[in-house]
Amino acid sequence: MSNATKRKNRAGRRSPLATVALLAIGLLSTGGAYALISGGTAEAQSDINSQQMIDEGEKLFSANCASCHGLNLEGSESGPSLIGVGAASVDFQVGTGRMPLAQQGPQGEEKPEQFTDEQTKALAAYVASLGPGPGLPDARYLDGEGDAANGSELFRINCAMCHNVAGAGGALTEGKYAPAIDATPAHIYEAMVIGPQNMPVFNDANLSPEDKRDIITYLEFNRESPSPGGYVLGSLGPVAEGLFAWFFGLGAIVAITVWLTAKSN
Amino acid sequence: MSTTTEPKRTRASSYTAAASNYIDERTTISAVVKEFGRKIFPDHWSFMLGEVALYSFVVILVTGTFLTFFYDPSMAETHYEGSYVPLKGVEMSVAMASTLDISFDIRGGLLVRQIHHWAALLFIAAMGLHMLRVFFTGTFRKPRELNWVIGFVLFILGMGEGFTGYSLPDDLLSGNGLRIIEGLVMGIPVIGTWISFLLFGGEFPGTAIVGRLYTLHILLLPAVLVALLALHLVFVVVHKHTQFAGPGRTNENVLGVPILPTFAAKAGGFFFIVFGVIVVMATFFAINPIWVYGPYDPSPVSAGTQPDWYIGFADGALRLIPPGLEIEFLNRTWSFNILIPMVALGAIIVLPMIYPFIEHWITRDNREHHIADRPRNAPTRTGIGAAGVTFYGVLWAAASSDLIATHFDLAMEHVIHFLQAAAILGPVVAYLITKRVCLALMKKDREIALHGIESGRIVKLPGGEFIEVHEQLDDYDRWKLVSYNDYAPLMIRPNSRGKITAATRVRAGLSRWFFEDRIAPVTRREVELSHGEHHAAAAIEGEHQSAIGADSNRH
Repeated sequence: MSNATKRKNRAGRRSPLATVALLAIGLLSTGGAYALISGGTAEAQSDINSQQMIDEGEKLFSANCASCHGLNLEGSESGPSLIGVGAASVDFQVGTGRMPLAQQGPQGEEKPEQFTDEQTKALAAYVASLGPGPGLPDARYLDGEGDAANGSELFRINCAMCHNVAGAGGALTEGKYAPAIDATPAHIYEAMVIGPQNMPVFNDANLSPEDKRDIITYLEFNRESPSPGGYVLGSLGPVAEGLFAWFFGLGAIVAITVWLTAKSN
Repeated sequence: MSTTTEPKRTRASSYTAAASNYIDERTTISAVVKEFGRKIFPDHWSFMLGEVALYSFVVILVTGTFLTFFYDPSMAETHYEGSYVPLKGVEMSVAMASTLDISFDIRGGLLVRQIHHWAALLFIAAMGLHMLRVFFTGTFRKPRELNWVIGFVLFILGMGEGFTGYSLPDDLLSGNGLRIIEGLVMGIPVIGTWISFLLFGGEFPGTAIVGRLYTLHILLLPAVLVALLALHLVFVVVHKHTQFAGPGRTNENVLGVPILPTFAAKAGGFFFIVFGVIVVMATFFAINPIWVYGPYDPSPVSAGTQPDWYIGFADGALRLIPPGLEIEFLNRTWSFNILIPMVALGAIIVLPMIYPFIEHWITRDNREHHIADRPRNAPTRTGIGAAGVTFYGVLWAAASSDLIATHFDLAMEHVIHFLQAAAILGPVVAYLITKRVCLALMKKDREIALHGIESGRIVKLPGGEFIEVHEQLDDYDRWKLVSYNDYAPLMIRPNSRGKITAATRVRAGLSRWFFEDRIAPVTRREVELSHGEHHAAAAIEGEHQSAIGADSNRH
């Protein structure tokens, strides 16, 4: 833009580039303003609070969720009450395919999601309308532009004991497990806020929203940057390395020794 | 003794001769060259496993030297300022920071680190496989018992080298490993706490341990290792190589190629093959990504924290021991949940090391053995080995109990309970099955040696009788099946004072356990007998006779 204005000064406002510059300024300012308004949660908030969404959500809930969670979210023997779990919880559980459950088991497993994003949001709107709870995360905490170093430290201290330092997942008791982390930033944020299934809640007093943003930044960095050392063998650490050394390393060498000592026919 | 050349040789050759002569006149090296150069290596793939270990060790030495140029074993605190973004500004020790610098800011550093680590895993794995070969072929017997012990000490030193090296980066994973070692040491009654404070220079983790481990890793352990390695190789030359039974191969000779020139060339090439395999692994596969683990901090422990594979059996023993085995006695806590695994680990290390002496005590076999046993021909020993391998394998698997649970959709408790049962029952079952399989294989060998292989060709004799034609083995193949030592249980005999001591009884009992179930080797007479008769009828009868009439070459 500064380039364009310089040229404008040089050639006056009749320069052929003036039109281009004007267009650029106009587009940038309107686009920027739009981004400012829609980039926040304003749109999501208004969406999720609209009566239309809530009604839509109620229909979906009655058809798909009420048999376990009750028609008024009061819960039953098969499922807990959902009063006060908030939109974040619904978005996480339904958005990652954990709900509706495939079967009763030690824990709900991730699977291809059963509802479209819009339907998920409608369900979230309905559940949120019946009791206060954590809302959908603010987009500015999900941009992955935080401090990765702080995030890595927080991740090691708070998350790695279950999810493994590389986020490859780990075992818990009685068939439960901490899954490998490959979720979207929004789902990661929601998981920290709501503490789904066996996960503890990391509320804002524990990990501030900025801290959560840093953790998401670190996870995004790990996901996007290639491993410096080569193929990571599932990020499972020495077990995978040992098996690889035995079966592929020593295996290859034993095959070579057999070949070297084979009698030629 | 040195090379003598004819006067009409070319200039280059006579120069070589002169140089050789010059050196030989001052060092008498020709005797050594003669001895080493004429050492014969029989060709069998399993005889090259020790070489693999040796070559991996050379690779470790070369790459390790490079790493010492850049590594700084200091536990002083610093803030990382290298090029790996997610650790920028994070507080860590200088040791960790210098390892990160090797990985990211020194040209070729990461590759060399990965070569070093992969080579270390391969070194110990190759030693393990080499030891299994020596054990199952019985080549630890006289005169090689001491070399077996030296080799075993090399294996322990290798594990020590591995563990000290694994701890040097001062990353989260290795720090947790050290913490476990500290707990183990503390679990020793009375002296444990003292030893721990001595080792760490105070409360864990302290500021001394990395420097101390570094001294052990690059000075003491390698020095001892190289010295014992040299001794091991000298013994290999002194004892001559073992060989499998075959035509022309006896206890007094070795058939194969001499080191110079053929084997040396082959071995030199093989070194580069091993080096190449390691470099390929290090190029394409990450190992010990300390930048993911982060700097050591006593509070976090990652899920899936395991030691390198060769320490896995120790980790597994700790995972398998049931909780709550602690008592207070004499105003002290006795942690049997630590002591019992330590005894198990001690047994895993000590029992195989002294096994040659145990077996000798039982067999009282004072002959030299230069022919390697086929494992099936020593069923009890092979069974014992299988039991040991099973026990080790179960402990080793237990070190990855959490990963077994997550990757096979099992509950961790079920995995642990299954492995607890397997640790106790598995060795027994493995022993019984292996011994029976060995005996069955010996029976089959005996059958084949006497009657040949069923050809599947049915012939009708003029009298109307149908017989299946057996194809006889040629003498070369039969030789392999019939040449092995036969042992019989010792008789209990009174000693010179006319008494039967308890030790004699124990030994007789063990000897019976070892040799009661046995299949005698086929003798030449039996082979000749079986050839002269109809196969169909003679098969059954001949077997009975031979089993009774087999004359064992007992001592």
